[in-house]
Amino acid sequence: MNWTELSILLLKAVAMIGVVMTLAGYSVVLERKVAAWVQGRPGPNRTAPPLLGNIPVVGRLLTRMGLFQLPADGLKFLFKEEPVPGHVKKFYYVLAPVMSFVPAIVIMTVMPFGQFIDSTGQVATLILTDLDIGILFILAVSSLGVYGIILAGWSANSKYPFLGGVRASAQMISYELAMGLSILPVFLWVGGTLSLTSVVEAQAGLQWWILPQWTIIYQPVSALIFLVALFAETNRLPFDMPESETDLVAGFNTEYGAFKFGLFFTGEYAHILLGSAVFVLLFLGGWTLPGLPVLAGVFGAVISVLIFLAKVLFMVFLFMWVRWTLPRFRYDQVMTLGWKRLLPLAVANLIFYTVIIAVIEQF
Amino acid sequence: MAIKVLERKPLSLAERTYLPQIIGGLKITMKNMLKPPVTLEYPDERPDIPTGYRGVPTLVKDPNGREKCVSCQLCEFVCPPKAIRITPGSIAEDADTAHVEKAPEEFEINMLRCIYCGFCQEVCPEEAIFLQDIFSLNGLSREELVFKKDKLYEIGGTLPDQHFKWDKKKAAELAASGGHH
Repeated sequence: MNWTELSILLLKAVAMIGVVMTLAGYSVVLERKVAAWVQGRPGPNRTAPPLLGNIPVVGRLLTRMGLFQLPADGLKFLFKEEPVPGHVKKFYYVLAPVMSFVPAIVIMTVMPFGQFIDSTGQVATLILTDLDIGILFILAVSSLGVYGIILAGWSANSKYPFLGGVRASAQMISYELAMGLSILPVFLWVGGTLSLTSVVEAQAGLQWWILPQWTIIYQPVSALIFLVALFAETNRLPFDMPESETDLVAGFNTEYGAFKFGLFFTGEYAHILLGSAVFVLLFLGGWTLPGLPVLAGVFGAVISVLIFLAKVLFMVFLFMWVRWTLPRFRYDQVMTLGWKRLLPLAVANLIFYTVIIAVIEQF
Repeated sequence: MAIKVLERKPLSLAERTYLPQIIGGLKITMKNMLKPPVTLEYPDERPDIPTGYRGVPTLVKDPNGREKCVSCQLCEFVCPPKAIRITPGSIAEDADTAHVEKAPEEFEINMLRCIYCGFCQEVCPEEAIFLQDIFSLNGLSREELVFKKDKLYEIGGTLPDQHFKWDKKKAAELAASGGHH
């Protein structure tokens, strides 16, 4: 590999980080907007920088949409004083936000997000590294994110963060199992490959001229279990045990402020974004639309990325919609749901599809 | 008293999955999301003040610009927190409204004491003091919040008058004296 190739790869990676982080940031704004709409409020609509906000129509529109809220919040996190309480274990205290943030960024290296036909007539996939075991890598790295939370809870040396950390670890372990088991049937169905690209490719096209070949239609139970586990893994309501404001103040991030809190915060939204992306890839046909072939050139690439993004943003919206609809589960209910309902259901689901696939293979 | 025992039915299978309830909840929140906001963007949009609202007490003038208060001090006496303080005075002999005889020399309402009960408006025989629509009041010092007569007339303005009591009286006096004074 020479320097040009390396720098192109680096550029691509930086661009992707930029896009994902921007989207994660704007999902915070979306979250606040959705919360406001559900509660009959207009939401953030006043923040405007001096020059941009004064552009006649556009500036006002952007202000009303709350789009300037993100830079304002980000700068606030940056410029605030960084307090470090005296009773914390300093090294781990600083390490924890990084630990919870980095996995989210690492996951996206193996995330395919579009396809087009290149100049040689071959189908090319938009992806940083096309691993054969993409989904395994994602599952493995994303569960590292919980170490950040556990470390935060433990290093803070005070009771609420500690309880939050303990809850996070227990919850993560319980739902990881159901999550892993729920996506096995998907890969059995696709035919023994763990590459995300081939999962998406298998979902293109129509069945009997009307039905999109999306996995969610063939395996609704797998999709449901995966979705519920995803909510639990990303610590979103109704499963936000580690943070539950009502009983744990702010859970694991009670002792954090300023930019370190900001890292936790963006990390959470990056996890949601990438979790949504995995759901879309596995169950909603990724960048394909039923009946739409892979298109050529830059145009094709842009179209496929846009389709993918639209689906992902719908999932992100679903996350927020659910959050502002449901109350939080009790901790023991979360555990019961995980171990007594989802896990047996996931095992039954796996056995069911294994038998079905075996039968189909026979004939 | 008869006690009615309600039978608690065990949850059905569908209910135990939470799913129908979750979907019902999602429908409700979606309906809410599509509704326009119910809030008011306050400093830009002001609420409609209903008639009869008891805002900051003010002194008003009649449509001819005559100050209506005759410093009878009824409001001062009725005021439960003793927020009003009137220094009575008389109207100059040569004034157009000399027949009204009295007007307040100074009229103070201490807004730190006022409880917005509206008794002053109720008791006023001259319809000179009104609790109007000012609902947001603040100040930087105690002195600033003791409203003087000028300030009270400034925020009170002019309200329509149904009676023109003193004009009628003047006209009646003129008629009684044969039309020439």
